[in-house]
Amino acid sequence: MNNIDKELLKSVADLHFTPLGSFNIRKNGESVGRNSTKEIEIITKKDKSGIDIIVKPGVKNKSVHIPVIITVGDLTDIVYNDFYIGEGADVIIVAGCGIHNPTLDDSRHDGIHAFYLEKNSKVKYIEKHLGTGKGGKILNPITKIFMKNGSEFEMETLQIGGVTYSKRDTQAVLEDNTKLLIKEKILTTEDQEAITSFDVQLKGKNSHVQVVSRSVAKENSKQSFYSNISGEAECFGHVECDGILLDKAQIISVPKVDAKCPEASLVHEAAIGKIAGEQLLKLMSLGLSHEEAENLIIKGYLS
Amino acid sequence: MLELKKVNYAVVDEKTKQEKVVLKDITLAFPENKLTVITGQNGSGKSTLIKLIMGVISPTSGKIFYNGKDITKLRLDERANLGFTIAFQQPVRFKGLTVKNLLDVASEKSNKLSDACEYLSKVGLCAKNYINRELDSTLSGGELKRIELAISLAKGGNLYLFDEPEAGIDLWSFENLVDLFKGLKGKTVIIVSHQEKILEKADYLLLIENDNYKLGTKKEILPLLKIEPKCKKLGGQNE
Repeated sequence: MNNIDKELLKSVADLHFTPLGSFNIRKNGESVGRNSTKEIEIITKKDKSGIDIIVKPGVKNKSVHIPVIITVGDLTDIVYNDFYIGEGADVIIVAGCGIHNPTLDDSRHDGIHAFYLEKNSKVKYIEKHLGTGKGGKILNPITKIFMKNGSEFEMETLQIGGVTYSKRDTQAVLEDNTKLLIKEKILTTEDQEAITSFDVQLKGKNSHVQVVSRSVAKENSKQSFYSNISGEAECFGHVECDGILLDKAQIISVPKVDAKCPEASLVHEAAIGKIAGEQLLKLMSLGLSHEEAENLIIKGYLS
Repeated sequence: MLELKKVNYAVVDEKTKQEKVVLKDITLAFPENKLTVITGQNGSGKSTLIKLIMGVISPTSGKIFYNGKDITKLRLDERANLGFTIAFQQPVRFKGLTVKNLLDVASEKSNKLSDACEYLSKVGLCAKNYINRELDSTLSGGELKRIELAISLAKGGNLYLFDEPEAGIDLWSFENLVDLFKGLKGKTVIIVSHQEKILEKADYLLLIENDNYKLGTKKEILPLLKIEPKCKKLGGQNE
């Protein structure tokens, strides 16, 4: 593993060394390191590229790291990862993709992840995306989440820069007494484009979803945010889309809330605009220059 | 010493396109290392004056001097680095930035809990409960106001500007607030306030009223403060 590999792994999966517990590291379309444990098994798929991650019932306070790195150009890597979370399990899953493309051709990674949460299980899922190098860095993650009674899923996604194009598609189906929390943070610069869409079906009584999206679009970049929350029972859905716009960038927010039950409570909030003048004034009154103040506001906003 | 020479400030009314004079021909020197309270009716231009001194806005005409140097064209951040410190009337909320983040920026160091305690305890807040709180809508107006004051203490400086520091602060902590100003003895402190207790602590008062102003000692100015006209129902003359 060279320094670029190590740097990418550090950025997307906070890995400074070989992780403890279960992990699978994928580089340029191939698995280059794996540890499968009794509690969390990792099995290579036979019919297509990808792995099955099986978390046994009742496994608690364990983590799985499955980062992907790409360090070549002209590569399209499509991977199917399925996660089976046993009843009552409580785990942290760290995914993420870092692309360093030194060529002028495009490098692309499509991670198609499906999570099957059994009763009363709990998952915290962290996914970071980063791009460096000259060529195109394209990421099209698809995340499907199926939640059984009493399960909880917290998803944190962070696209921290350098990704030239991304299309994120997240779908979830929630049964009774479930909680889904999605926190998304995206920074785009130059001519980058990021599209995210959320489709959440609140099918069960007392199902909750909260989507918090914070984005910063700079220079000529463009971001689109689509959400579709449907409430089919006594449920609660809250979507909050905040965007900071600078230079000639563009942010589009298209909400859809679809209530099919009078007891469904669905809310969408969107606020897009420039950095508030009074925030800049406050930080400048503490001695920061306009540029330093702007950078600190953006850093905090995306932290 | 902070001096204003023939300072005017006017704005153009967007509807009528007429120029409205907010501050007219102000020439004065704020007594150095003393506590001066600016008072006057709502809309008399008190906050505008504070903003002009800090460099948040620029005068339409006239000049501002600090220790003999013309600072009229200095930006807000340049004045901050010169030792000017302001606590705004309405504190700002930040999504994602914590109390610690702002204390760190203000004091130019990474504050430990004990450092933060030094500033936050002076405004009646326990650092443990607040240091990692985000400056967002989860904080009440009163809490934000106290944090704003703590940040100004963390920044430090030679010239402090407080715009209605008592607004939103409950009576229980009012005495502590007064103590806070006493603790800045030896610095030039300028406070915009209507509060009698704060006026009583002043060395000097600046009364701004009806396009006029008068700076003097507390003894000289206090008798000039008019009692607001009351309506008939309250025993006054107004219909």
